[in-house]
Amino acid sequence: MLRYALRRLAWSIPTLLLVTFLVYLALRIGTNPVESFKRANPRATREKIQQYIDVNGLDPNYVLGYFRWLKNFLTGEWPRSIKGSREVWPALKDAMANTLRLGSAATVVGIVFGLIAGVLAALRPGGKRDVFINTSAFVGISIPPFISAIMFQLLFAVYWQRWFGESLFPTSGVYPAGHSGFDLFLMLKFMALPTLVVAIQIIATYSRYMRSSLLDVLNSDYMRTARSKGISEMRVLIKHGMRNALIPVVTIAALDFGSIVGV
Amino acid sequence: MADVVLAIRDLHVTFETPSGPLEAVRGVDLDVQAGEMLGVVGESGSGKSVTFLASMGLLPTRARVSGSVLLAGEQLIGASAKQMRSVRGRLLSMIFQDPLSALNPVHRIGDQISEMLRSHQDLNRHDAEKRAIELLEIVGIPQAGDRARQFPHEFSGGMRQRVVIAIAIANNPKVLIADEPTTALDVTVQAQILEVIERVQERFGTAVVLITHDLGVIARVADRVNVMYAGRNVEQGTIDSLYDHPSHPYTRGLLASLPRTGKQRLTPIMGFPPNMLNPPSGCAFHPRCEFAAEICKGDLPELKSLGDLQTACVRANELPKAEVLK
Repeated sequence: MLRYALRRLAWSIPTLLLVTFLVYLALRIGTNPVESFKRANPRATREKIQQYIDVNGLDPNYVLGYFRWLKNFLTGEWPRSIKGSREVWPALKDAMANTLRLGSAATVVGIVFGLIAGVLAALRPGGKRDVFINTSAFVGISIPPFISAIMFQLLFAVYWQRWFGESLFPTSGVYPAGHSGFDLFLMLKFMALPTLVVAIQIIATYSRYMRSSLLDVLNSDYMRTARSKGISEMRVLIKHGMRNALIPVVTIAALDFGSIVGV
Repeated sequence: MADVVLAIRDLHVTFETPSGPLEAVRGVDLDVQAGEMLGVVGESGSGKSVTFLASMGLLPTRARVSGSVLLAGEQLIGASAKQMRSVRGRLLSMIFQDPLSALNPVHRIGDQISEMLRSHQDLNRHDAEKRAIELLEIVGIPQAGDRARQFPHEFSGGMRQRVVIAIAIANNPKVLIADEPTTALDVTVQAQILEVIERVQERFGTAVVLITHDLGVIARVADRVNVMYAGRNVEQGTIDSLYDHPSHPYTRGLLASLPRTGKQRLTPIMGFPPNMLNPPSGCAFHPRCEFAAEICKGDLPELKSLGDLQTACVRANELPKAEVLK
C-alpha cells in the first residue's frame, strides 16, 4: 500500500511539469508583453527592452523561459506581476482566503439545503412537491453562475435600489471601500449573493443525489422490516432510511469539500 | 375447534397500475387458529403474500383494501395508523423471504432486536439488550452475547434468517407470518430454519402462517393447508386429507407435479397462471383445467365442504377420485 502510494505520488511530478509547461506555453503564445512594451515606449533603447525581458522572464526561447520560471518558482523568487508590477504572493493570498471562505460557505449551505430538498422530493415521488423540486434543480443546474450572478446583482442591488431606495445586498467586494478590521455581519452581507450563486448549483446536484439515494433505500426490504416492527414512521425514516441513504451522499460530499478551492 | 385468532373475510386488494386496476386478492376467506401451523400454498402472483401484507397494513398506499381482518376481535382493515403500529410487532409479526436484505446493514443485530422489544414493552436499554441475547439463543445462534454486537454482514444467510425470526418473536406475537422464509436459503439450511419456526410455535404457542410455493415444506410442518389460485383460496383442509385425497383440480395438479421416488415422469399443470389484469370469468383455473365444463365459466365458485375438505369447485362432486398419492 505504501509503495503504491509512493509510486502514485512520484507519477504526479511529470504530470505537474507537463501541465505547468502547457500553461506557460499557452500564456506565452497568447500574449506578447514585449510588443506592447515597445508600443507603449517607442523610444526605449535595446538595453531597456532587454531589461524588461529579463525582469519579467520573457525569454524568446519558450523552453529556456519555462525552466527559468520553474527555477524562480521553486526557489521562491517570484517576479512581480507584469501589469502594475505588484508582489504576487499577497494578492494570491487574499484571493485564496476569499475563495476558501466563499467556497466553504457555499458548499455547506448548498449541501444542507440540497439534502433537505432531496428528502422532501423523495417522500412523495411523482407528487407536486417532487415535480417542483426536480424542475427547480434542473433549472438551477442549467443556468451558468455568470448569468445568475448578474441577474442577482440586478435584482437585489440595482432594481432593489430603484424600487425601495436602498439596495438589499452589495454587488461586489468583501467589505465596503475604506473599511478595516473584522465585522461578521458586514462580511455576511457582502457574501450573501456570491454564496447564493455558487450554492444554487450545489443545492441542485445534492437534491438529486439525495432523492435517488433515499428512493433506493425506501424501497428496500429492511425498511419493510422496520415498518413491521410497529415503530413510528418518523423513526423508520430517520433511523433506518436516512442513515443508509446518506452513505453515498457523504462520499460525494467528502470529495466536494476537497475541491472547494477549485469551485 | 380451537380458537380463531386471525379471521380474514372477503378480503379484496386492488392495485392501480398504468394498465388499469389489478385485483390481486379477490375475496379471500381464511381462519388462523391459535397455536396452529397453517400452510398457504400457491404460485407466484396467487395473492398469498399480498393477503398477509394487507393484514399487516404494509401494502403501499396505492393499494385499495376492503373486507375484514379480525385479529383477536380487533378489526384491522380501516384501522388508524396508530392502531396498526400498536398491532404490528406486538400481536402480529412477519418474517420475510430474503434474509440478506431484511436486516438494516448499518445497525447492530442486538440493537435491531432491542428496537422491536422497546417499541412495545417498557424496557430500559440494558434489559432490552439482555432479552435480545436470550432471543438469539432461542433461535439457535451460538455465542449470542458476542453476535449481538455484530452487524448483519457478519452473518450467513441462515443465521440472518434466525435473527429475523428473533426480531419477529420478540414480543411473543399471537400470529407469526412467515412469507417464504426458506426460499432464499440452501436446502440444508431450510430444514434448520423450519425447525426453529416449529420450536418457536411449540414453545410460545404462536400461530404460524407459512406462506410458500413448496408443497414439500408444507407437508413436513403444517397442520392445515390453504391453497390459493388467482387471488382466491380454492381448497383448504387438514394436511392429511388434502394430501391423501385432493379434490380441487388445481390441488391435484400441484400434487401430481411433485417429484416422488419411483415416479418416472413429472406431470406438469399445462398453461400459465392467468393475467390478473384480466382474469378468466368464473373459476380462474378453468382455462387450464382438464375437467373444465361450460358451467365453470359462470359464477365465481365459493368454498363448499366436501368430506373434511373445503373446495371451491362447482364440479367437485362429479370428478373422478384422485389417485391416492402415497
